[in-house]
Amino acid sequence: MIRPRTAGAGTGRAGRRGVLRYWPQYLAISPFYLLFTVFMLFPVLFSLYLSFQRWDGLGEMTFVGLQQYRFLIEDATFWLSLRNTLLIWVMNTVPMLFFALVLASLLSAAKRFKGFYQVALFIPNITSVVAIAIFFGAVFSNQYGLVNLGLDAIGLPTVPWLSHPWAIKVVIATLMTWQWTGYNALIYYAGMQAIPGEIYEAARLDGAGPVRTFFSVTVPLLRPIILFTVVISTITGMQSFTEPQVLFGNNNAVNPNSGGPGQAGLTMVLYFYRTAFNNNDYGYGAAIAWAVFLVVMAFTILNWRLVSRRADK
Amino acid sequence: MTRFRGTLVHVVLGLAVLLSLFPFYWTVVMATNTTRDVFADPPTFIPGTHLIDNVNTVLANVDLLAPLVNTILVASATTALVLFLDTLAAFTFAKYEFPGRRVMFGLLLGLFMVPAQLSLIPQFVIMSELGWVGSLKALVIPAAANAFGIFWMRQYIIGAVPDELLEAARLDGAGFFRIYWSVVLPIVRPGLAFLGIYTFIAAWNDYVWPLIVLLDPNKVTLQVALSQLNVGQRQDYSVLMAGALIGIVPLIAVFTLFARGFVSDATKGAIRG
Repeated sequence: MIRPRTAGAGTGRAGRRGVLRYWPQYLAISPFYLLFTVFMLFPVLFSLYLSFQRWDGLGEMTFVGLQQYRFLIEDATFWLSLRNTLLIWVMNTVPMLFFALVLASLLSAAKRFKGFYQVALFIPNITSVVAIAIFFGAVFSNQYGLVNLGLDAIGLPTVPWLSHPWAIKVVIATLMTWQWTGYNALIYYAGMQAIPGEIYEAARLDGAGPVRTFFSVTVPLLRPIILFTVVISTITGMQSFTEPQVLFGNNNAVNPNSGGPGQAGLTMVLYFYRTAFNNNDYGYGAAIAWAVFLVVMAFTILNWRLVSRRADK
Repeated sequence: MTRFRGTLVHVVLGLAVLLSLFPFYWTVVMATNTTRDVFADPPTFIPGTHLIDNVNTVLANVDLLAPLVNTILVASATTALVLFLDTLAAFTFAKYEFPGRRVMFGLLLGLFMVPAQLSLIPQFVIMSELGWVGSLKALVIPAAANAFGIFWMRQYIIGAVPDELLEAARLDGAGFFRIYWSVVLPIVRPGLAFLGIYTFIAAWNDYVWPLIVLLDPNKVTLQVALSQLNVGQRQDYSVLMAGALIGIVPLIAVFTLFARGFVSDATKGAIRG
């Protein structure tokens, strides 16, 4: 740690002139805090203020008290979007984290091609969600999609992937699983490298097989990292937007059921986007944004507790 | 038994790799054939010769070249600014003591928690007031410095830049900014490479904010232009996929060039924290 030469080392207290001596340091960190104040702190406070108003962005703002929140509680569409978001999140996260753990332990066991596997598994994560949603739309297309062609070829009935309420959720969850499994696997893999080899050696001498070792040694020792991935996937999964928005379009004039037929793919953030930026209902949009924030916080804390308690046993 | 297990490991991993990469292969197959060939019974499974036709059809429908240029501009400008500003702040937090340092850094960590959609409406209002709606400035300026980059580079600088070197530079008469530019930046080049690729990818793929703030359909980024291709239940998949290919290929190319170090850096952060 370095102190500017002129500031007496160890005196600790500096007067106003003393503080001015640190001007290069303050100047160096100021761009971030300036941008933060203008584009994050002020907007967050302003959106709280907006959620007590009625405003279309152009005319006069009207103070309406808690009316937006009261409306939200009784808004069936909001509850539908919450339900959709949670279902899609579960359908995505459970298989994703399971496969990620399996892939990570296989990666640890592999002796060759590790570098290649890592890069190949990571590529989905850096791919544009828009492009991949277009791809999923084509592959899961009801009539000509590759998936239905495959089902038909092996004599199974085809599925109306992009119009049935559950199938829509499966497609969105599959897309997210495809995009994030490799990322989580590589995080688990990095964590496994930190587990000392002697522990595995001891487990082997005790006669534990690979499956037993996996559940009794690897999973408990990875606890903090599993916690990290659950938190990250809660925060990102609860805010899914691009997948349904690109798959089903957002243009109200063309498609009043944004989120697909029956609004089965309408997530909370998509509903927020539609309210604020298609309908220009800024007051209600701000109220939805705060509700989303509270839901994400609540589920992050809940998942945190679930995962840490289960691991304690 | 052991050899069987060793083979099984590679079979399963190979399968996972196939699943990861299949969409790219199939995108190429669709983009290089006609829609009729792709949906024939049985369908084609190998790349064809119609790529140029399909690309031309896409470009006749939606202009992707101007958005491509816009995206390259936005991603490059954002990356350059983030590298300079984040590293400068990170260096300050890593190596200097000054009043308020702990509070400022704590505030920075708290910011990871603020969800994006809370600030979207007010940000749009601010951009309208500034007259930046529809301008690429609206994408670059708010993204010019970020908490993640400062945090990550601070960790990197603590490990990579010895205090003695800074002390020596100071005794030679170098000031704060001189030390940053001539001593710190050259040393932290590997860290800059990671943060640079990370920022470039994030800026390239960014979708929600450009969708909101770039209202003029003739002046958008690549992702927004691509999403417009999908509007209207278009069934010409070969043409759609030719568009998707334009959106994916440049980024995958950049990524595979630098991939090795990037993947381990990207995942190391999680276990360190």
